[in-house]
Amino acid sequence: MTSAEYERERAEVEKTWAEKPGWLGQLMVVNHRTVALRYLVTTFVFFLLAGLMAAAMRLQLARADNDLIGPDLYNQLFSMHGSVMMFLFAVPVLEAMGIYLVPLMVGARNIAFPRLNAFSYWVFLFGGLMIFIAFALDIGPEAGWFSYVPLAGPEFSPGKRQDFWAQLITFTELSALIVSVEIIVTAFKLRTPGMTLKRIPLFVWAQVATAFMVLFAMPAVMLGSSFLISDRLVGTHFFNPAEGGDALLWQHLFWFFGHPEVYIIFVPALGIVSEIVAAFTRRAVFGYLPVVLSLLATAILSFGLWVHHMFTTGLPPAGMSFFTAASLLIAIPTGVQIFCWIATFATGGRLRFHTPLLFVVGFFFIFIIGGLTGVMVASATLDSQFHDSYFVVAHLHYVLIGGALFPLVGGIYYWFPKMTGRMLSERAGRWQFWLFFIGFNVTFFPMHILGIEGMTRRIYTYSASSGWEGLNQLATGGALMIAASVVVLIANIISSLRKARTAGDNPWDAPGLEWATSSPPPPSNFVRPLVVTSRTPLWVTPHPETVIGLPTGIRSVLVTRVHDAEPHHISVFPTPSIWPFLSAIAVTILFIGSIFTPWALVWGAVPVAIGLIGWFWPTKEETATHCKYEVKPPREAPPPSEPAELRL
Amino acid sequence: MHSALQPVGPRAELIADLMLLFFAVSAVVYVIVIAFLVWAIMRARERAVQLGPAATAQADRKSKVAVGVGAALTVLTLAGLAASDFIVGAILRQPPADPLRVLVTGHQFWWEIEYDDPVPGNRLRTANELHIPVGRPVQLIFTSRDVIHSFWIPSAMGKMDLIPGRTTNEIIQVSQPGTFTGQCAEFCGFQHSKMRLTLHARPAEEFDAWRQRQLAPAREPQTQEARRGQQVFMQSSCILCHSVQGTAAAATVAPDLTHIASRRTIAAGSLPNTPSALASWVLDPQRIKPGSRMPASRLPPDDLSALVAYLTSLQ
Amino acid sequence: MSTSGVRDVTGLPTYTFGHHSLMWWGTMGIIVIEGTVFVIAIGAYLYLRSLAQAWPIGAPPPDLTYGTLNTIILLLSAIPNQWTKKVAERENLKLVRIGLIVCLAFAVAFLVVRAFEFGSLNVHWDTNAYGSIVYALMVLHTTHLVTDVLDTIVLTVLMFTGPLEGKRFVDVSENSVYWWFVVGSWPFIYATVYWVPRLP
Repeated sequence: MTSAEYERERAEVEKTWAEKPGWLGQLMVVNHRTVALRYLVTTFVFFLLAGLMAAAMRLQLARADNDLIGPDLYNQLFSMHGSVMMFLFAVPVLEAMGIYLVPLMVGARNIAFPRLNAFSYWVFLFGGLMIFIAFALDIGPEAGWFSYVPLAGPEFSPGKRQDFWAQLITFTELSALIVSVEIIVTAFKLRTPGMTLKRIPLFVWAQVATAFMVLFAMPAVMLGSSFLISDRLVGTHFFNPAEGGDALLWQHLFWFFGHPEVYIIFVPALGIVSEIVAAFTRRAVFGYLPVVLSLLATAILSFGLWVHHMFTTGLPPAGMSFFTAASLLIAIPTGVQIFCWIATFATGGRLRFHTPLLFVVGFFFIFIIGGLTGVMVASATLDSQFHDSYFVVAHLHYVLIGGALFPLVGGIYYWFPKMTGRMLSERAGRWQFWLFFIGFNVTFFPMHILGIEGMTRRIYTYSASSGWEGLNQLATGGALMIAASVVVLIANIISSLRKARTAGDNPWDAPGLEWATSSPPPPSNFVRPLVVTSRTPLWVTPHPETVIGLPTGIRSVLVTRVHDAEPHHISVFPTPSIWPFLSAIAVTILFIGSIFTPWALVWGAVPVAIGLIGWFWPTKEETATHCKYEVKPPREAPPPSEPAELRL
Repeated sequence: MHSALQPVGPRAELIADLMLLFFAVSAVVYVIVIAFLVWAIMRARERAVQLGPAATAQADRKSKVAVGVGAALTVLTLAGLAASDFIVGAILRQPPADPLRVLVTGHQFWWEIEYDDPVPGNRLRTANELHIPVGRPVQLIFTSRDVIHSFWIPSAMGKMDLIPGRTTNEIIQVSQPGTFTGQCAEFCGFQHSKMRLTLHARPAEEFDAWRQRQLAPAREPQTQEARRGQQVFMQSSCILCHSVQGTAAAATVAPDLTHIASRRTIAAGSLPNTPSALASWVLDPQRIKPGSRMPASRLPPDDLSALVAYLTSLQ
Repeated sequence: MSTSGVRDVTGLPTYTFGHHSLMWWGTMGIIVIEGTVFVIAIGAYLYLRSLAQAWPIGAPPPDLTYGTLNTIILLLSAIPNQWTKKVAERENLKLVRIGLIVCLAFAVAFLVVRAFEFGSLNVHWDTNAYGSIVYALMVLHTTHLVTDVLDTIVLTVLMFTGPLEGKRFVDVSENSVYWWFVVGSWPFIYATVYWVPRLP
């Protein structure tokens, strides 16, 4: 093959995979990287808004008996802060990393079901806009991110505030469930030839474990929020003890989701840690199998812990002991991963201390504290003191910020060159790290003490006689440092985006497939899929084999077998389409309409059906193109055990 | 200062001891893990750029042992902590002998407290201030009239939720006299923040005397102004929610006021119980505790001062 | 461009049936999600029952006639459904059209009977928590019935009007897989709604 032929192939593939131009084209985008970047930017904006809400709460709590913010607004602020951070930031931002990276890391040209992917983003965006608009109109949620009944029920939360909360859940869970299916299918069926199960990057395994957790956890809260909204709107009695319902049913449904939720946030972050540790120690993470098994064990065990959020509800003691034991058990897989990373540091090559690694080291210092306080709140006996106090506020921020946000920011520094072709400033990165690291600990460490001294969560004020004022002032000061670190991050991103694209394909000399293509990658990610022969392909084979023979006139994606990633068939991927956007609008009308009348479920279903039919219905041209390239599967005989391939 | 680590009773002491054990073990674990991490990073900063395959294989063998030992130690530590939790839990669950029984009902945003007694006339109802005898275990039986609340006095006991449609219970036992503060720990709506309570532990005789005083019906007003205040009370909307034993006011929606003047605070710990605080509370509760269930009253100034005189006479 | 070896995949099929197809995986994803919803909803039913003094609360159990009739119709519909799947995988358009129409006839039958079922539950959603959870289960399953019927209608029309290509038969095949889920989940819901209230 000559290089002219290769260039022609590249041009054809790029043309086939190009998005449509114009503003309409923007609404039709199905490329996973574009969708992922949209997710990242949107979640980051939501993060900033929820962070500002936290700052407002910290200002209110800086002084005893402060009257800066009254209870009505304060209750909405913490309900929004929790709901937004969990549902509109932490979960989707890590999914967005998965949407961006999983296809690249497994060497695929797009994520499985790209139109659904686009749909999931629009649904997510509209759900997020809905809740912020509701908040701006003073109908934001007010019963916490956990919305316990009966407080959130029809009798004690009249008006529409809690209905918006319940529909926020419906929106975000729908989009999260869709993304999970895409990630599982991408990781299992779209892996490039040679990427056997034992060569899947750890980040991808983490995303797969997370996706399975989402599949089994999110249905519980969707059902719960449906029960809640029907109690509120059509007079059902699921949670009404006077008519045979039960207030604790909500807690079971919510925490059956809510506990895995923590791991849904933090397991993908563990995957980021593994990637960064490997790249900067120049050594594959020690203990691939134990780390993978730990990720999967965490996913499974996370479903056995939910009752530890209910230790003070007077459950039978045998149950409490079981859930204490299970909650302690989950520390083991996390411990194993930490030991494996330390072993990797100890036995790797020379460490290169760039900003991504700095954040990973910060992760160790903070997250381990969160893990250890997690062991404390897992004890049913101790939890009777810690529960719903500021100790838990400290614990959960150590786990979520230390365990998820630090790796995430490290991951942003790490993959930013791939996403944009530009490096972030190392100097600003160090400033940001130290501001964040110190600010974080100044903010949240004192909260452990406040909790032990009796400060309960979700209070808008406290009296001077409580003695909590000093530590609260300290915490507020720390919060301002965190805010400063976020400003540095934003400035760093903006100034980098103005510079030239000088990053190159693989600025960190990292081993993964995502570094084998240009920065940012071409529309099809890879002109030709690459064949891998190891867990660290770019370190082992700088010039890997490539796959040829994929039709260039259609969006052809190689589908491989689950266990050995041998080519099986070619899947023709969809082209850009406006229907995901239109369907998302129809779904939004249905969801928001049903806040006001249950009949929206009936008339709102009509546009949804139209949207979905329009989405599915093939056009003549499209079908004609497909037919031109169509190769029928072999009849009768099962698919060949030796795939149709040739080694040239 | 009131803290879970400054326990004032045997049960809270057990929990505090367990807490200290967990803190100590965690501190040791943290120092060890971080020390290994720092050691590993330091080592890695002065090494060849990349290890060869032979060196890596040898390192892998060592790492295997190290990670295995680490995992085993993790399991042992967790098992030890779990066992200590189970032991303390089992001790705390032993039913106490001859407890005093007190029913606590949660309301938005105050605590209804009723001392159980076989003789209905000896059942004592009060609000927001729990009085208990020193040394005697007290069984608190919880339920809620509206939403979920949680009862917590950090220096004396852990939390227990008050759940509508269910009853829960927990033992409290205090070994030294004193006043200890607590507050609602489960978010219960607008004024979750100002749903506070105080625990008054006093020697048994003092407690009995207090109980006898509280059982007596309300004192008849002695002064002219207090009598007028009583009329104001009986003719206003107060009696739709409040009760004063020995009068026609018998509603149970809001705290019992029979001995309101004997309490240290009003509005569930929001204000000190002084005449001026009482007056401003009656006049405009929403300013002090926005979202409180108590409506503002439009009393003319002399009616208000008469009412306050009456209320402060209810010793 | 690289100078190393290449692997040629020319001539691989552009679609496939069964568990190698992405459609199959997508369908399984939906089934896992919806199946979890059903399991949790049945769990909620049993949980509420465990708290109640008597079950059902304040109502006689649902009448058996229509529910049982519908169970039979649903189970029978599996036969044309499976047959349609088979002929779809042979890409026999004529037989697929016949199969889909027979499936739709069954669909109409059980949607009609389902309407009568709602009339024979002997309780309303707003009567008490028992009525609420019974309705929840029935509405959940009915939603799946309705969506799959609509899906089948769209496919049937497409099979008559086109435009067609080979992988549309994969859609028919996966529609059948999903139909199996709707049929297979019903006996559990039937047992819960109709027979659990009759347990001593």
